[in-house]
Amino acid sequence: MQCPTSKIRSKEVVNTGAIPNTKIQAINRGLKRKRKLEKGWDWYVCEGFQHILYQQAEALKTLGVGPELKNEVLHNFWKRYLQKSKQAYCKNPVYTSKRKAPVLEDNPSHSDWDSEPELLSDFSCPSFVESGAESQPDVHTQKPFPIIKASQSETASICSGSVDGVEYSLRKEKGIVKMTVPRTLAFCCLALLWQRETITLSDLLRFVEEDHIPYINAFQHFPEEMKLYGRDKGIFAIESWPNYEDIYKKMIEIATFLDLPRFPDITEDCYLHPNMLCLKYLMEVNLPDEMHNLTCQVVKMTGIGEVDFLTFDPIAKMAKTAKYDVQAVAVIVVVLKLLFLLDDNLEWSLSNIAEKYNEKNKEDKPWFDFRKWYQVMKKSLDEKKQKWEETRAKYLWKSEKPLYHSSIDKSVVCKRREMVVNLQKQFSTLVDSTPTIGKKSPSSFQFNWTEEDPDRTCFHGHSLQGVLTKKGQSLTTKNSLYWLSTQKFCRSYCKHVTTYEESNFSLSYQFIINLFSFLLRIKTSFLHEEVSLIEKRLFKTKYSKTKKKSSRSRKVRKY
Amino acid sequence: MSDFSEELIKSTTEDDQGERCELSGTGMHFPWLQKHIETVATGGKKEKDFAQTTSACLSFIQEALLKHQWQQAAEYMHSYLQVLEDSDSCKRQAAPEIIWKLGSEILYYHPKSNVEAFNAFADRMKNIGVMNYLKISLQHALYLLHHGMLEDANRNLSQAETWRYGEKSSSQEVLINLIQAYKGLLQYYAWSKKKMELSQLDKDDYAYNTASQNMLDHSWKTSVNLGALIQIPGVWDPFVKSYVEMLEFYGDQDGAREVLTNYAYDEKFPSNPNAHIYLYNFLKREKAPREKLISVLKILYQIVPSHKLMLEFHRLLRKSEKEEHHKLGLEVLFAVLDFAGCTKNITAWKYLAKYLRQTLMGSHLAWVQEEWSSRKNWWPGFHFSYFWAKSDWKEDKALACEKALVAGVLSGKGCRYFRYISKQDHQVFRKKIKRMKKLVKKYSIINPGL
Repeated sequence: MQCPTSKIRSKEVVNTGAIPNTKIQAINRGLKRKRKLEKGWDWYVCEGFQHILYQQAEALKTLGVGPELKNEVLHNFWKRYLQKSKQAYCKNPVYTSKRKAPVLEDNPSHSDWDSEPELLSDFSCPSFVESGAESQPDVHTQKPFPIIKASQSETASICSGSVDGVEYSLRKEKGIVKMTVPRTLAFCCLALLWQRETITLSDLLRFVEEDHIPYINAFQHFPEEMKLYGRDKGIFAIESWPNYEDIYKKMIEIATFLDLPRFPDITEDCYLHPNMLCLKYLMEVNLPDEMHNLTCQVVKMTGIGEVDFLTFDPIAKMAKTAKYDVQAVAVIVVVLKLLFLLDDNLEWSLSNIAEKYNEKNKEDKPWFDFRKWYQVMKKSLDEKKQKWEETRAKYLWKSEKPLYHSSIDKSVVCKRREMVVNLQKQFSTLVDSTPTIGKKSPSSFQFNWTEEDPDRTCFHGHSLQGVLTKKGQSLTTKNSLYWLSTQKFCRSYCKHVTTYEESNFSLSYQFIINLFSFLLRIKTSFLHEEVSLIEKRLFKTKYSKTKKKSSRSRKVRKY
Repeated sequence: MSDFSEELIKSTTEDDQGERCELSGTGMHFPWLQKHIETVATGGKKEKDFAQTTSACLSFIQEALLKHQWQQAAEYMHSYLQVLEDSDSCKRQAAPEIIWKLGSEILYYHPKSNVEAFNAFADRMKNIGVMNYLKISLQHALYLLHHGMLEDANRNLSQAETWRYGEKSSSQEVLINLIQAYKGLLQYYAWSKKKMELSQLDKDDYAYNTASQNMLDHSWKTSVNLGALIQIPGVWDPFVKSYVEMLEFYGDQDGAREVLTNYAYDEKFPSNPNAHIYLYNFLKREKAPREKLISVLKILYQIVPSHKLMLEFHRLLRKSEKEEHHKLGLEVLFAVLDFAGCTKNITAWKYLAKYLRQTLMGSHLAWVQEEWSSRKNWWPGFHFSYFWAKSDWKEDKALACEKALVAGVLSGKGCRYFRYISKQDHQVFRKKIKRMKKLVKKYSIINPGL
């Protein structure tokens, strides 16, 4: 992207369509700053984030996402964000160099900014242009920047490679969503949602964990001249993987902040529609295809397949649900409960019946045997979980580019890095030279089941005959009982609507919840909550009744 | 449970056949509270995944080491090394020691590793963090010693000896002394070798003088190195032993005696039975008076009543003229046999048998009764059971006879052990058994005939 040869650089300048405008600025700055290559460019924190988004978009492209995501959708979202958040930015005394002198070591004069106003026409806000005296007449009110004080008192020891790194990390403005590295994923996810791509949030986060999408050390790929140190470390160096609930919240937060309109409709033929996702997950956990009918019915009855329910609308006051993957999985759990009750009893007796039938009728389509499925799945799950834990334990967090706080500790940090690299080399010679499978190619399926493998039975083609009976014209489940995951929903101060105390539930239920939680890499309580919410919709009459009877003590009631 | 079958087909239902609710546990459940409690240790900040994965890595390494899976341990260690760059400064400072301990284990046992690899690793680790230098140097030297590379170890130690860094803390002080002491030990080893060579040379041999001069040289170096360490309170058995041997060789009895006495009696030093043993042996060699020997062994008796030397102690006490020593002698014997170590020691039983007779003949029934009163509940089961009778007779008939005599005297004719042995018929021991029966009849404290 940033290439040392000027030819390609000029070419890039021409293709403004593909590159956001601040990039152009950066490029131009680079042209002017050629003589200061050792000290690096002046770069702003938001440019850093821009670069990260760029990298992530590229990675998504290699995963098969269409190029419009990067060129149009993400670009537009980012532009909008810059507009919305930079309203006060232009008044930023960063640009009044006198006060910032101790921090901006390599920016002696701000006069360079004067020469670049023509490029700013794309922005509807007066940003990046000169300071107080000749500030443009603007519609937005000038907000005095509270950070001024901080910048004056700072000494050169707290510094940053970026121009505004220190001030950025101190900034606390009400109503403005400050950009962070986790939020870049939220942006990506919103873009994916807008394009209705076949990557769900859980897929995205899993790709991040597997290093297919830059996140942890994305700053390593910044161009050489964008020097990173000091406060930048706190902004860009991440030492935790993204968490579903967290990123989901951020998604909603950003969508609201950007005042985004209603997203494109999610209809029945869309990948993100629960019918499709259910099918995908049913396949993935090796459940019979016949269960899909039931999931579709549940979706219909709860109304979660409606376009208006599914389509993400940040401005609307309705409860925003864009957790398509979690919902789909919750539906599957509900269907399993409908079929097998999962009370540590019925599912096993049904399995006995299925086993007997299968013994006698080896030629026919086998009846689905819950017990066999459980054995196969438990084994696979345990293996996968073990491998996952081992891979996580071996994860290397630290970047090859050492991050230091200031010129004072630079040498120490670099020496330390060298030491670590040497030691690592020493130990890697002790490890067998047989290369590991290498980086796994990204796949949206974690489990794969084929008919041919005798050790790992594939249950896709199995029949649900054993658990369904004919009732008039239609089939219904043999099991006619059900228990609710949540009796009463919490409506007070706690952040969740229900809790998940494992010991209260059957072992089968726990296994199912653990299986799906691992699949999506979410917390079990999160999934349990979603299951409860689906049930709330499905059995809404029950809940409305219990509301009236809430004064009674909770005892086991047998009618 | 509610019957939901209608619900699946119809959209609404008015049925309320009751639900089975899962009884939540008694008490209130606060899911968020757990997290808050966990953050108390970290000062309010949530644990980063970095910390979580590195601690998982550590437990994987430990598991691999336990199972001797060196390959896997090396793999995990490769990843674990990143804690040296941990942004948490506490963890970063604690890291080198952990890495050294685990890494040295892996490099010691891994089949692909060799001395060079270990040396390289040790040299690198020494230079991370100033406080670890001495410790790692010392352990490195020990590793080299293990592999028989004495000169390298010596060189290592000499290098470490010269380390200086600002104000020495007390722990570093001890380490420096230890390093010097190990150097001294190496010198001692060289000296010892020379001594052996010397013993094979003739006094008139031309090489004798140079050899002995050489030896003197080593010994001087040793004494310099060991001298400092021995002053510090601690357990320095191998050093003390070597030092004393050298002093004795050169005739410095006073010096040796001083060192040993100090080592044994200085209150600052931790209680160490070996110290007394060394002192005792030295005094024995010196042919010190009996009183002195008894006083030394008395302390040992108080620390380790089950020691083999107690038999010697008993002999000394027996030969003494003081009555209190005689009483103590009996005590000592009983105490020795209280422990499982001497149950099959025929000397101990022989002594006890003889001494019981002697004591009872000397009208000191009270002594015997005093000793027996605390033991009569458990000695019969411990020593004189039927099982022991059979097994002792099978293994060592002489021992069995002695034991039987003691058993008979203390527990009377009814004692099972005694009965079993007295019933045995054996050519060699017939006389002895007969005699035993007579003695028991005469001396048994159950029916004191005296």
